[in-house]
Amino acid sequence: MLHVLRDVCGYCGCCVSVCPEGALELIDAYLEIGDNCTGCGICAKVCPLGALEVKDETPV
Amino acid sequence: MKPRYDLLVIGGGPGGAVAAETAAKAGLSVLLAEKRPAIGAPVRCAEGIGREALTEFVEPDPCFISAELKGAEIVAPDGSSLKLNPEKAGNKVGYILDRKVFDRELVWRAAEAGADVAVKTRASAPILENGAVKGAVLHHCGETRRIGADIVIAADGVESKFSRWCGIDTTVPVREIMTSAQYLMTDIDIDPTVTVFYVGNNVAPQGYLWVFPKGERSANVGIGISGAKSGTGHRARDYLDRFVASKFPSGKTIEHIVGGVSVCQPLACTVSDGLMIVGDAARVVDPLTGGGIYNAMFTGRLAAQTAISAIQNGKCSKDVLMAYDRGWRESPVGKTIARNWHIKEYFIRMTDEKFNALISSASTMDLDEFSTLNLVKELVKKNPLLLGDLAKLSFLLR
Repeated sequence: MLHVLRDVCGYCGCCVSVCPEGALELIDAYLEIGDNCTGCGICAKVCPLGALEVKDETPV
Repeated sequence: MKPRYDLLVIGGGPGGAVAAETAAKAGLSVLLAEKRPAIGAPVRCAEGIGREALTEFVEPDPCFISAELKGAEIVAPDGSSLKLNPEKAGNKVGYILDRKVFDRELVWRAAEAGADVAVKTRASAPILENGAVKGAVLHHCGETRRIGADIVIAADGVESKFSRWCGIDTTVPVREIMTSAQYLMTDIDIDPTVTVFYVGNNVAPQGYLWVFPKGERSANVGIGISGAKSGTGHRARDYLDRFVASKFPSGKTIEHIVGGVSVCQPLACTVSDGLMIVGDAARVVDPLTGGGIYNAMFTGRLAAQTAISAIQNGKCSKDVLMAYDRGWRESPVGKTIARNWHIKEYFIRMTDEKFNALISSASTMDLDEFSTLNLVKELVKKNPLLLGDLAKLSFLLR
């Protein structure tokens, strides 16, 4: 699952441009993650600030 | 906002504003929709533009010029530097803009020409009829409106979502997104007339770090690195913080700016039925410099000119709009992008040793014409052995 660290995010749209699924959308100062996000982590890698995290949430 | 327009422009940056102004001046009904609540803010730009590039569209006005440039300097990984003098190119080679004011000026012009402008107005989907774009669904303060249009110009910047919703893949390859961070700093010692570029794999991997003057003691201090080189602990911001701590430890940051700049090849096709894509959304940023303002204005104007004749002739299909796609590709803008992409691919593979040797091959260089092409030509001339591989690509340097 992709998480946005909202205090870190600069709402710049860098992540939006590289998402292969088109799952991210910047709505003013709010980054929306669509249901089609696959958790691939490309966005987390390119974020200039480190505001995105992919977390494994498989229940133990 | 009317229910329908001849032309709907999505995005109120320089590309969208020039498109809207050009079309409105020719008598088209135009709506310019910007999703942010203010034109020009937040800034996502280092704000540099060449003198001729700017004056082709607007007379330089002190209200949106932060600095006038008289030269540039490139600093190698080992600290040696090369000063570029515009001795033969005239004294003013370029400007650092104040994009907040500049973008407003362009949108004011569009409005004065007769375009409607809607801010805080976000597009969420195209209106499609038999696969052709016929407008867009817009949202403004909780209201949803369907706005019809003969043609939509997508000028929605690096995010480039509108074209994606129309079925065009605008994804930027990870290695070709410049992930960028910039501080507008003040109270720092700089030359207010010179842009400084720092290169090297430890300074800015596959990108560069810049100090662009914004006044006597202020500058945009920023960096872009390849997405492929970015990750935890080594992001654009990490590199920038390290540079600032060593170079401007007592400077004050008065604006925190981030963004992404595409340095890939342009979209394979920038039109479809009823749709034209301009500027960053079309991936027409100069891949070598990362500069996008002029290319956005250029493609915006050309798209609007194509829209004017298409609408006058009552045909807005892809084959008619292809005149725009062919037009910019065959223009100096299209040719420069194609050439600079190849030069960029060469430079991103360069070792620090090579950067050092190249930059220390001259301490100053007088340029006839102040352009990256001229700089590369001069470097090849001075370093025929070092840049042998690039010289092989000499067809690029004509």
